[in-house]
Amino acid sequence: MKISLGRWLLPVYSVLALVFLMVPIVYTFIFSFNDSQKSNITWRGFTFDKWLNVCNVQNGAVCQAFSNSLIIGAVATVAATTLGTMIAIAIVRYRFRFRSATSLLLFLPMATPEVVLGAGLAAQFLSVGVPKDMLTIILAHTMFCISFVVVTVKARVASLDPALEEAGRDLYGSPGQVFLRITFPLLLPGILAAALLSFALSFDDFIITNFNSGAVTTFPKYIYISAARGIPAEANVVASAVFILALVIVVSAQVSASARAKRLAKD
Amino acid sequence: MSTGAFAAQGADLELVGIQKRFPGFTAIEHLDLKIPAGSFFALLGPSGCGKTTTLRLVAGLEAPTAGRILIGGTDVTDQKSFQRPVNTVFQSYALFPHMTVLENVAFGLRRRRIDEPVAKAHEALRLVELDHLAARKPQQLSGGQQQRVALARAIVNRPALLLLDEPLGALDLKLRRQMQLELKAIQEEVGLTFLHVTHDQEEAMTMADTVAVMNKGRIEQMGAPEELYELPKTAFVANFLGQSNLFTGPVVGSTRDAISVGVAGHNIVVPAARAHRHIGEVTIGIRPEKLSLHLSAPADDAARNTLGPGRVIDVSFSGVSTQYLIDVPHLGNLVVFAQNMGFGPVADEHAEVWVSWAIEHGFGLEDEPGDTPKFESDTTTRSIAAQRRASLVTELEEI
Repeated sequence: MKISLGRWLLPVYSVLALVFLMVPIVYTFIFSFNDSQKSNITWRGFTFDKWLNVCNVQNGAVCQAFSNSLIIGAVATVAATTLGTMIAIAIVRYRFRFRSATSLLLFLPMATPEVVLGAGLAAQFLSVGVPKDMLTIILAHTMFCISFVVVTVKARVASLDPALEEAGRDLYGSPGQVFLRITFPLLLPGILAAALLSFALSFDDFIITNFNSGAVTTFPKYIYISAARGIPAEANVVASAVFILALVIVVSAQVSASARAKRLAKD
Repeated sequence: MSTGAFAAQGADLELVGIQKRFPGFTAIEHLDLKIPAGSFFALLGPSGCGKTTTLRLVAGLEAPTAGRILIGGTDVTDQKSFQRPVNTVFQSYALFPHMTVLENVAFGLRRRRIDEPVAKAHEALRLVELDHLAARKPQQLSGGQQQRVALARAIVNRPALLLLDEPLGALDLKLRRQMQLELKAIQEEVGLTFLHVTHDQEEAMTMADTVAVMNKGRIEQMGAPEELYELPKTAFVANFLGQSNLFTGPVVGSTRDAISVGVAGHNIVVPAARAHRHIGEVTIGIRPEKLSLHLSAPADDAARNTLGPGRVIDVSFSGVSTQYLIDVPHLGNLVVFAQNMGFGPVADEHAEVWVSWAIEHGFGLEDEPGDTPKFESDTTTRSIAAQRRASLVTELEEI
């Protein structure tokens, strides 16, 4: 009796948990094929129209919002990753005044509620007189992404043996060459992870964006606004496409990593 | 020198009045050192004695607080690490994990824009017999192989001076012995100047032409291995390099050839030429393997010193030899190494024994008696801990 309970409990529990996690995603995916009219709540039949004409609805508002999010995400990621990596190296490798204070302050944006950050930033932009547009969104996103980049890259820098850089210098590498050929390649996995994290955070940030975007619409903001009068199926299309793209990237990375591991093991 | 041609051969290294202070402690007190071109020089000492700091100063990874560093007569004190004609084999090997073995070895050549870096890297790998693994990544190699790659990566640049920072420390005993011989052979083959830092006295003595024993940021004694071993100048050298039985007492008589020291009622004779101090309180010593063990009182012999009777308190058999610990009243414990010429130990525990040795084997130290610290035989954890504590105490006194 006991044994059969243990044998069934775990699989049932796991399946339930997975179903619970997957339902919204599957729902979104299925309703991207709904032949909807004004709202996308009831099933009206299967169609590929929404996937094929994703940019034609509402003068391409969905695609406009999506491309805004991509641009903001890309610029904020590059800026935050560059600055964050530099800060991480400085904090781990060098001893300077206010070093621990810097570490602490970098932690604050992660700990502060987004509503407070967003409202505070909006107030500052207003008092300085900066008009709210793409630039203010990018600044806001860069700001909160830096903290996450520093935390991610710091761990990687800390695990990097300083002797490797010393060996590079010892083998006639100038400081620039040592950074380019040794430090940077070895930090790259951490930097890439940080960049992906930044992009994901920026791409689906709503609260801070909503405070600082003015008339500019990002993808999450577009969905929020249209939720009031029914989210168009085109939004489901974009969301599903992003999900599938992410899935393909993750799976192919896993496959190539396991292939490489197999090749190394064979040598 | 930093780019272009190879060094034709090894160069002299000269350290003049080097001092290195870190916040809170002094790693090197005052160091003058000259290493002739083409020699294999070992810097030997316990951890924390300043030997690794010395190496890092020469490599340019640290800057000295005072003093000059000259390589081949050129002052390199103000040169950056990558400008100096020096290469290092790091203790952790520090192989670049993202590069193949071949690219690791070619790294220095490429930075200096030397022609045919790949061909030269292959040649260096052949020298360490690892050319067949050139395409592998360092983490796919064993410890000994990684060590040889690190060596190839350094010598391929033909530096005027090669620095070795305990490069054999991570290898097991058998591999270490093998690598010691290989290193020595490679040094003779390529004719570079090697500066080897180690805490392993056996390693230093096997490999080096000249050994400098370092303690607390100073060089205690420098010379050929045999010279250091047979005629140590200080108690530290006498006990760090092998073991010694040391006795302290006043000089009670002296002739032109020998001095006689009174130790607990015995007169011990030491050749005058082998004693650094000839009057007052002196410390004299004898190596444990020079002692002979007697089961009955030996006949008087003017050529030998005799102590006893004493009691054997410990016998430990180690295959080639047996180590006896003998308690001689008023003298303390004596260590005797005896070759196992027959089967089994000569004397059992609790046996009454006498020891004797040829007068010419004794030595007299330069130290003031009284401040002779009695160290454990060599690099046991306890002795290293004791030395660390001592260095911490001096450190605290400085502050």
